Amino acid sequence: MSHPPRRRAARLLAPLIAASLLAAACGGGESTPAPGAASGGAAAPAEPVKLTVALFSDFHYGPLYEEFKKTHPNVEITERRAQFNDHHNNLVTQVATGAGAADIVAVEGGFIATFREVADKFHNLNDYGLNSRQSEYLDWKWQLGLSKDGSQLIGLGTDVGGLAMCYRPDLFKEAGLPTNRDEVSALWPTWEQYVETGKKFVAAGGKAAFTDGPGEHFRAMVEQAPVGFYDTSDKVVVGSNPDVRKAWDVAVSMIQNKLSGKLTAFTPEWTTGIAKGTFATMVCPAWKTGVIKDQKPGEGTWDIAAVPGGGGNQGGTHLLAPKQGKHPKEAAELINFLTSKESQLTLWKDASALPSLPALYEDPAVATFVNPYFGDAPIGKIFTDAAKALKPQYTGPKSGDVNVAMGNGLGRIELQGQDPEEAWKQAVADSEKIK
Amino acid sequence: MATRAPERAAPPRRPGGKRRLTARHWRHAVDVKASPYAYVAPFFLLFCAFGLFPIGYTLWVSLHEWTLLDDEHTFVGLENFRVLLADSYFWNATFNTLSIGLLSMLPQLLLALWLAHLLNRPLRAQNFFRITLLLPNVTSVVAVVVIFSQIFGRDFGLINWVITSFGFDGIAWRDGTLSSHVAISTMIMWRWTGYNALILLAAMQAVPRELYEAATIDGASSFTQLRKVTVPMIRPTIAFVVITSTIGSMQIFAEPLLFGAYTLTGGQDRQYQTLSLFFYENYMRLDFGFSSAISWMIFVFILIIAGINYLLTNRMKGSIR
Repeated sequence: MSHPPRRRAARLLAPLIAASLLAAACGGGESTPAPGAASGGAAAPAEPVKLTVALFSDFHYGPLYEEFKKTHPNVEITERRAQFNDHHNNLVTQVATGAGAADIVAVEGGFIATFREVADKFHNLNDYGLNSRQSEYLDWKWQLGLSKDGSQLIGLGTDVGGLAMCYRPDLFKEAGLPTNRDEVSALWPTWEQYVETGKKFVAAGGKAAFTDGPGEHFRAMVEQAPVGFYDTSDKVVVGSNPDVRKAWDVAVSMIQNKLSGKLTAFTPEWTTGIAKGTFATMVCPAWKTGVIKDQKPGEGTWDIAAVPGGGGNQGGTHLLAPKQGKHPKEAAELINFLTSKESQLTLWKDASALPSLPALYEDPAVATFVNPYFGDAPIGKIFTDAAKALKPQYTGPKSGDVNVAMGNGLGRIELQGQDPEEAWKQAVADSEKIK
Repeated sequence: MATRAPERAAPPRRPGGKRRLTARHWRHAVDVKASPYAYVAPFFLLFCAFGLFPIGYTLWVSLHEWTLLDDEHTFVGLENFRVLLADSYFWNATFNTLSIGLLSMLPQLLLALWLAHLLNRPLRAQNFFRITLLLPNVTSVVAVVVIFSQIFGRDFGLINWVITSFGFDGIAWRDGTLSSHVAISTMIMWRWTGYNALILLAAMQAVPRELYEAATIDGASSFTQLRKVTVPMIRPTIAFVVITSTIGSMQIFAEPLLFGAYTLTGGQDRQYQTLSLFFYENYMRLDFGFSSAISWMIFVFILIIAGINYLLTNRMKGSIR
């Protein structure tokens, strides 16, 4: 399965951007990493072990490796990085051919389902006692690291991508809507109320559109439902799942009420529109704050409110150990260390990677963190609230492709004037063809 | 250029020793007969390993139900091809490929001819202009597409800014079939016109000057000279340029991919999804059997086009000799 690739490209950039975004605010300097969590493995007669870690961007693991080596002096760690798509494609090839994979590999949320299908190609981390970590994790994040039947633990989660709704207070003010983020969040507990707010915005007659396009909203709505595009037997249930149809209808009503600016994310008109104010709201995973800042709309131009429908997540990574690796014990220990509470807190500070361990959400470094660029929005709290509120949903092997097919259907209604019912039929047929 | 070793003078004959081949003679015979093959062998070995074998293996894969992570590959015969030929998205991609190919190739060829013609006369700073022609081609395709995507932007694009300043409505370049094809063709033309102009220019310089002198004396204008002297004389080169650009246009990939902000479907309605992009979409789903079938169909299309071109070129050659 794969994510819509445009999002991949963005997520590739996002950590970098987000890092620079937060680096200043976090007040530079080394945050002292907490003592190694996985100290149990430091045996005395240690023979030298070389571990390679394959990532798709700079995860800011450097200082953590050093920390790990203090308890494991025999372990030598080399890191290799590849571009987002290449990294995952290479991994598929390496797993299929049984050669060339690193000892530890990062797998992003859009790809994790592909590898859950072939759990036997990865070391079962339960064998190394890592199932003890379950209670620390967000439930849905933990589930994503299990094999399909739940019997094996193939990966431990690193970060998550909590969901929010970014909005422009200036455009809201022009339309006579409240501008304060709590009042704005109160406008739309549900998606229907979000659409109602949009109608008021349009009725005020401003030049800007209420939102960019309906695709991301549709995706967020589907992900909030108990069942998404797939049932647990990996059958595509797009055509028969009433929740998908409901999300579709809300998205269509957004188009029909002219809430949408007919923009596809990451096209030039979309990115320019962020700065120029051609649309007033957009669905905002944590990493999109970096995309916004990159367009230099100006401090306080965008603000962040809660996402309608209660919670959501987009993206986030797991660390896996392919079975080809010769040192599963050390690999498991390193995974355990890199995903530990202390490490995740360090990574939040260094790389603004949102932790996947709810205990950290109470930590002042996360809970009270405000971002001056977004009107002092408490982004730590907003995004972690969204991640906490999300109920686990079974993600089938190719939900990313199904999502593209459905999003294209909405796009055809909006951009090519296709009849909504026709578009639905074609989108469902396209989705069911994906195998 | 001759690739064979030059024939040596026959060795002096020894009386009575005519039939006896010494080791030296034998080595000489092997040298003359076999070494040319040894010289070209590296290319053919590499070609077999990285060209011929993959083509054959792709055919083998295309006859199977084959996803990368599955260990079992079931033989399904021509099923993938049957599904492919019945797939309207495949024919849509074929249409888009041909349409973008034609839209980019015809104006490109005319423009290249005209540019080459301009540069084929005495000019100051000739080398400067020739190098300038090649510059768009050495620019990374990503950079070209990013810039042109901005220019063809719907809301803030340069072209729409001009159009709207004349009081017309802006064009949503990405959303229409024809408009998106025009935008993508423009990017291709930008990159390849200069390159083709240089090839044509090289051919033009081989045309004997006397022909132009005679034409000038007869009072032919510059345009007439281009039409009646230059073009007929460089026909084989024009044919070469046409063949290479046609084959190139069958492989258009990066432009539509990046123009659509990395969407593999080439627009919501697949309005600018080319064959290569269609292949890539299915490849990314790890459906290797089906995508192999697509690449084989692309191969067949290229063979057909190369065949047509070959016939046409042969006829052209016949007409000037």
